[in-house]
Formats: sequence, structure tokens, C-alpha cells
Amino acid sequence: MTPQTLHDLRMAQPRFQGLEAGHRACQGCGQALAARLTLEESGPDVVVANATGCLEVFTTAWPDSAWRVPWLHSLFANTGAVAAGMEAALKMQGRDIKVLAFAGDGGTFDIGFQALSGMLERGHNVLFICYDNEAYMNTGVQRSSSTPHAAATTTSPAGVARMGKRHLKKDILSIIAAHHIPYAATASVAYPADLRKKVRRGIEVEGPSFLQIHSPCPLGWGHGSELSIEVARLAVQSGMFPLIELEQGALVGAMPIRQIRPVADYLKLQGRFKHLFADDALAREELAHLQALADQNIEDYALKAETADPLDTEGVDTVRRGGLRST
Amino acid sequence: MRQALEGSQAIARAVALCRPQVVAAYPITPQTHIVEHIAKLVADDKFHCELVSVESEFSAASVVLGAACAGSRAYTASASQGILLMSEVLFNISGLRVPLVLTCANRAVSAPLSIWNDQQDSMAVRDAGWIQIYCADNQEAVDATIQAFRIAERCELPVMVCVDGFTLTHTLEPLELPDQELVDGFLPPYHFSRALDPLAPLSIGTLVAPEYFTEARHLHHAALLAAEKEIVAAARDWAAACGREQAPLVRVDGPADAKIGILTLGSVFGTLLDARDQFPGLPVKLMHLRCFRPFPVEALRAACAGLHDLIVLERAIAPGADGIVGAEMRSALADTDSPPRIHNFAAGLGGRDVPLAIYPRLLEAIKKPHPRMSAIDLRPELLPADSPVRQEAAP
Repeated sequence: MTPQTLHDLRMAQPRFQGLEAGHRACQGCGQALAARLTLEESGPDVVVANATGCLEVFTTAWPDSAWRVPWLHSLFANTGAVAAGMEAALKMQGRDIKVLAFAGDGGTFDIGFQALSGMLERGHNVLFICYDNEAYMNTGVQRSSSTPHAAATTTSPAGVARMGKRHLKKDILSIIAAHHIPYAATASVAYPADLRKKVRRGIEVEGPSFLQIHSPCPLGWGHGSELSIEVARLAVQSGMFPLIELEQGALVGAMPIRQIRPVADYLKLQGRFKHLFADDALAREELAHLQALADQNIEDYALKAETADPLDTEGVDTVRRGGLRST
Repeated sequence: MRQALEGSQAIARAVALCRPQVVAAYPITPQTHIVEHIAKLVADDKFHCELVSVESEFSAASVVLGAACAGSRAYTASASQGILLMSEVLFNISGLRVPLVLTCANRAVSAPLSIWNDQQDSMAVRDAGWIQIYCADNQEAVDATIQAFRIAERCELPVMVCVDGFTLTHTLEPLELPDQELVDGFLPPYHFSRALDPLAPLSIGTLVAPEYFTEARHLHHAALLAAEKEIVAAARDWAAACGREQAPLVRVDGPADAKIGILTLGSVFGTLLDARDQFPGLPVKLMHLRCFRPFPVEALRAACAGLHDLIVLERAIAPGADGIVGAEMRSALADTDSPPRIHNFAAGLGGRDVPLAIYPRLLEAIKKPHPRMSAIDLRPELLPADSPVRQEAAP
């Protein structure tokens, strides 16, 4: 029977898959996983504005599409504005459909930043999700303002005169926070329960919300495709990628780390940081610099948890233990 | 009711009569009065729409794109640098075949910086795949705006309505503004066949590989050519509704057996009509190219039949080549029987006033050898004394 209402549609599928299998993402693609989890949580009652990038390319190519939700790809730089237009239209039509905007870090931190800032400032009821894989992966791994310090990319390669990217990863969440929007958060594909919870929160909020999801790219980061979750988890456990929540720009939650891992454990799994492990004074200096950045995050967001892990709370190690139970 | 209105105010009221649900714009001279009037209509509760005051023209075009795809009629306006800043989105809108209406308050493009009128802005995006309609006066601007929504929505193509900045936008003219009932009867509620809807999810804007791209582009080209019929039909039906006749593609004024013709776009047409009365002499046929995209080749051939000399007078140039409309006219008439000699001149660049005296000057200029393209109102004495261009341009 053809579904007649959204309720029918929901009932017809025990678990809604907004992004179908069979698309052309690489093995171990963090972005594909993050988008699937996002749409499982959002359900079908959404419209999506998608920036140019891997997600747009690997899910489409006419005449195929992996999307089961209404989906519009316009350009690279304008996703915030396209989403704002959709929201304005749906509001005038009196329809209660949440608008989701999807972009990579290039479409969020760099070329799409102005349109995003305008959308936030004007208070459009849109959840903007940045799938952060820390470089321009779709064009072949060029550095973005989200690329971490010292990471090698094709436009910030390592060599005798350079230790990869010379600049810091842009602190996008602080810039978002300065817009004083109702809700902004970071999430990671290594913590799907936490990710889902944040998607749900971002959708429930009236007004603009923002979610930055750390999404490993095996090709760009130079790690095995089977290691995506491991790498993403180490980014959180080392303090390199804190999982935090902000309301109206103020910090309201941070996922505690009970077993802090050295940053080197995170870096050494990835080819983009290989040059930092050479027997070289500059490499040692940059390694110490990255450890200092992680330490600073741990201090700034008070991530270190000394107490035992209560059973009814979720820390960054919780999912890891759950994972071990099943093996 | 006949009333005196500033061009921008008339356009704003015409837009409101078309009931777009979303209007997005970024201020730029000389478009500002249009958007300010719309904002005031909204503030006074005379126009119900979501007015999105965006942070750039790039976002203005993107907001209306998103709104139209989400199922609402949408409108924007811009000019000059704003048109260029949104140009990436303009190509995207037409390629996605999204119906939208944009008013371009024509203005020169920097550098040198000029806030004044010419048509370099809309001409720069002539190949963006939009329908382009040029207005000779503010009554035409009102009528074209209303027709534009119907044309856009029937063709699933965006329409740019071009009005000369200041000359039209800031000028008070007596004109007829239709009542709401008349517009509602002419323009059905917005319906977009591919609107985004969770109950019938579509993917719009997919990647297209080489195996399909040519076909997509060809369909777009064919749709623009086919739009000519809708442009004609809209003018005809609007004339039937409101009683104002208007040549939809090319307006021709003057004796059919004239041997000299002058073709122009926009408000200069009115200047030429007055000038011809002032300077009677040889019979001259005056032509206004209202519809520039699609380029109405057959209508232009018919209008130019029998001419010995065709003067194409335009307010933009293609530096290093010809005039823009001039080159297209050469192409359109090249394979007709005994095509006229084509004389291509620019005038009124960057807001330079186009006086009635331009008319005898043009008729004089074609008697002598002249470059394939030149500014008829160039003042060589303002060029640097040692410039070779000054020596060449000296009469």
C-alpha cells in the first residue's frame, strides 16, 4: 500500500533509512556513517539542503540517488542560504517540517561560512550539520581552515622546509557560539548514541542549531578503512576533538574523559601525521605542540573525569566497553 | 487607476500583487527603493511575505532558490556588482529549471566604480540561461513583472526583468497599477512540479556525468527557445485582461518602408521616439528589443526586412570584440536576403546622459566610415593628450 501520510510512512519502515545503502562512498567513510545516523534519528519529516562535496557526489550521479528524503543540492558556498529559503517558504506555508543543511568543513568553515553566519544571525529554524573531515577531500585532500595544525595535505605537504599545515584548526564552534543560537554541539561517529541524541536535540530546538560531526576520511587521513571508528574515538579520548554542547553560546555539557590517551596514539594511526614521528627536532616540537593543544582543550572544557564511571552516565569510554563486550 | 508613482514603488507594488511568499534581497543602488518599498508594504501589513534581508546578493539568490524549490513563489532584485556576485547562483537556478523572478535595476559594473545606469550587468549574465526582458518605461516594468511570474512558472525558467537604474527606478511616471483581482485572474497560485515534499521525496541537483550532461544542457536551451511562445501568450493574455497592448518580443515603431532602423533596449527607446519627432527628416524605423533571451531571431528578421542600414545602439560593450547586441544582430541577419549594413554604437555608459541630439548624431555617423563598434558619445577631448586613442577618435 502506498503511504498516504507521514504516519503511514513511518509505520511502513521499522527504522527509517533516509540515506540508503548502495551509494558510492569509500569503505570506512565517516561522513556516510554520520549522515546515515543523522537521518535515522531525524526521520522522514525533513528537507535537506546539501553543499557540493563528497556527500553530494557519492549519493547521487544521475539517474541514481541514495536519498529517501527530499534533497536539494545547489552549490558549494550557499547551503546556509538555500536552507534559509526553504525554511522561510515552509514557514509561510504553515508546514512543520524541519530543514537540515549538510556541508563538509570546506562548505562550513571556509567558502560557506558567510551564508551560514547569515542564516544563524537571522534565526532560521534550521539544523546545520558540518561533516568535519578536516580537508577538501572531494577535490583530492587539500587543506581547509579545519585541517589540524601540522597535518599533511596535498596543498600543505610535509617536506624538509615544512611540517604540514602551518596554521591552527579554526575554532568554528566558538564562532558559532558568538551567534548565541539556541543549540550548538560537537559529535563524533565513534559515539553514535551521543550523536543521535544531539541530532534529536538540534531538531527539537526552535531556531538555528549547529552540529559539527568529526568524520574520519580513510583516504585523506591515511588510515585503514577498518580503523575509522578507532581513529575517531582516539581524537576524543586524547582531547583533540572535545565533545561539547552549548546553549545560547554558553557551555552546558562536555563528555568526560576518564582515560586520557596521549595525542601520539591518535596521530600515529594516520599517514597525514607520519612526518611528526621522524627523528627530527622540528617533528618533536610539532608533536609537543599538538599535545599542548589537546591539553588546553582538556583544561578549557574540564574534560578530565577522576571519578569512577557511574552506570547510568555516558563517558567517552562507555561505547568502547560496549564494543568490547560484543567481541 | 492611473497614478504617479516612482518606478521602484510601482515595481514593488506589482511584485506584491503577484503574492510571492518569500522575498530576499541585499541592498544595492539603484535597486534599493524597490526593496525598501516592499519592506514598508510588509511592515504596514499590506503584503504578507517572508522578507529575508540577507547578508549578500549571493545569499539573496540562494534563498529564493531554496524557497521556490520548497514550494513558494519567490522574488529578488539586484543590480551591477550584485548581479555579478550572484552570477554563480543565477546559472544554478536556471540549470535546475527553477521558476523565479528577479528585477535588475541596470547599472554599470566596476571598475571604474559607477553607481549609474548602463546595461553591462545584465548583459554579463546573458548566457546564464535566464529569460531577459528589457523595459522601455515604468508601465512596461509593471506589466512585465506580472507577466514574468506567469512565464517563469509555465516554463520552469527564471526571468530577469531589466529596468534602467535611476532613469526608470527613480523616476516618477503616470501609470496604471492593476487591481488585485485582475492579477489573481491572470496569475494562478504558484505550483512547482518538483517541489520538495517529504511525502514524495525527490533529489534535485544531482551530479550529472558526461553521458547525460549534453542532453540536460540541450533541454535547457530548447526550453528557452520554447519560452518565446509563453512570452507572447503572456503579453496577449495580459493585454486582454487590462487593455494594454504590448509587443512581446520586438516593438517596431515607424514606417514599414523605412530604409534606416535603430534598435535599442530599455529607456533609450523613449528618448529616440521623442527625438524622431523633434528631428523630422528621413523615415526611420525605431525598434525596442524587449525580449533579449530567448533571442527572437524571426521577429528581428521580420522587423529588419527592407532596411538598408540598421543602427544597433546599446548600453554595454564586449571589450576587445563588438557590441553585444550588435554582434548578435549581425549573426541573426547574416543569412537573410540582402541584410542591412549594421552600425554598432554604444551610448550612455556609466550613466552618461543620452540626449535627444543622439538621434541626428547617429544618422550622421553612418554616412561616414566608422569602427565596427564605438561609443557615439565619446568625448575625445577628455582622453589623455598623448593617447593614440585620442588621435584615432578625433573627428
